[in-house]
Amino acid sequence: MACTAETLAAALRAAAAVIAEHRTELIDLDRAIGDADHGENMDRGFTAIVSALDTATPETPAAVVKLAATTLISKVGGAAGPLYGTAFLRASVKLGDAAEVDGPLLVEALRAALEGVQARGKAVGGDATMVDALIPAVSAAEEASGDDIAAILTAAADAAEKGAESTVDLVPRKGRASYLGERAKGHLDPGARSTALLLRAFAEAAK
Amino acid sequence: MKKIINDPKTVVAESLRGLAVAHADVLRVEDDPAIVVRVDAPVAGKVAVISGGGSGHEPLHGGFVGQGMLAAAVPGAVFTSPTPDAVEAAVKATTGDAGALLIVKNYTGDVLNFETAAELAAAEGLDVRSVVIDDDVAVKDSTYTAGRRGVGGTVLLEKVTGAAAERGDSLDAVEALARKVIGQVRSIGVALTAPTVPHAGEPSFELGDDEIEFGIGIHGEPGIEKTPALPADELVARMVEAVVTDLPFSEGDKVLLFTNSMGGTPLVELYLAHGIAERLLAERGIVVERRLVGPYITSLEMQGMSLTLLKLDDELTELWDAPVNTPALRWGV
Repeated sequence: MACTAETLAAALRAAAAVIAEHRTELIDLDRAIGDADHGENMDRGFTAIVSALDTATPETPAAVVKLAATTLISKVGGAAGPLYGTAFLRASVKLGDAAEVDGPLLVEALRAALEGVQARGKAVGGDATMVDALIPAVSAAEEASGDDIAAILTAAADAAEKGAESTVDLVPRKGRASYLGERAKGHLDPGARSTALLLRAFAEAAK
Repeated sequence: MKKIINDPKTVVAESLRGLAVAHADVLRVEDDPAIVVRVDAPVAGKVAVISGGGSGHEPLHGGFVGQGMLAAAVPGAVFTSPTPDAVEAAVKATTGDAGALLIVKNYTGDVLNFETAAELAAAEGLDVRSVVIDDDVAVKDSTYTAGRRGVGGTVLLEKVTGAAAERGDSLDAVEALARKVIGQVRSIGVALTAPTVPHAGEPSFELGDDEIEFGIGIHGEPGIEKTPALPADELVARMVEAVVTDLPFSEGDKVLLFTNSMGGTPLVELYLAHGIAERLLAERGIVVERRLVGPYITSLEMQGMSLTLLKLDDELTELWDAPVNTPALRWGV
């Protein structure tokens, strides 16, 4: 099954609900190692995406994703705004003017999102950031490939969850948690957690 | 959590409304995106010095908007850097032919959003430069971290560059001055209690009654080390040691000593600590020529303090003494 502008919009609404549900969890994860704003910022951004989708009807998948990108960049702030905004923006560029997103195009868009996040945030695997969820997610999506969107996203979400868990044992080297050094070990990175939550929401929406 | 608020989501907007009416002679506040702009902006022929960052550090930055200091401040949500379009709005509201200098504290979010804004403004033909301040000696500078944080030195940097802009220095000159200040200012902070971010509703970190956090930043993020509480003499000695040995500051250096409350520490304790710091610096032969004591860069209601040393020369002293008219710093006018 390929996805259209409508199904993508529905997936973003589902993601907004998941983020709202996990707002407090993300705040608490961030409170332990950062400045306690990640859940609030993500919730503000995705609430704004839902509002934007209520007032505009983007006609292509790329336009839907671009609307999400510009909304995140202009409403979130912090590191999450530019990083997630860039991820969505790069994905939208990759989607081009396609009327529907098939499996191979989805995988390419996920790869573009990862590359965008790494270009903007300069983080590599093992830095204890959202990249530790995204790298395995994109690899898993590439291995899954094929035309089954739900299967690709489910593989990505599974890998992202494992990748997020791996941040518990890492010493953060980027972002505010990096100032704690060794003291930040033993904590799940909030950005990796939100990445896993988003991919799971998209996978569930695709089923 | 007990705070004088209505709704965590509207804290910043309601606070800005109060700032605007309290200081209508000096600044104005624009909504959506929220920015604080000096009342007479843009000032023809003068570089616009603009800064910003998460709210919760008041009077930084909105309290430093006005003649002789900032042309505009861009407040983000509490402890969250503002978005690029908000920074761009501040640039557009204040920048003329002389250009603008953005002062950015070294936190990942601030750097990303301000960099993006500078690109947007440049794309519209505005001459915008940015400098990143990273004066916190608590953080080890290494290629594996985001680098040192920008903390108390930001206040001094905003005053000095604002004064240079006011006297009509070119953008090249103001930028060069900013880089010089960043090169010779150092800070350290300590927390006695954690702050409570309104939307989180709980203290940002755990501290026992007999514990302090040494080497804290300004966002309620924990410090580098938890240690037993110390008498003021020992605590300030440790802070002075950390700052002085970093640059290092040496015998005969003339400095500005900035003793800052993180929000919850009262002036009685702050002056006590300042007196100790002056004595310790005198013992090292470091000459305190100017000082600033008070809550100027805070972390909500957190108890604690920071010490900042800026190495002075005649030019920096003159710029520090230059007239300033803002809600939080005002002299010579």
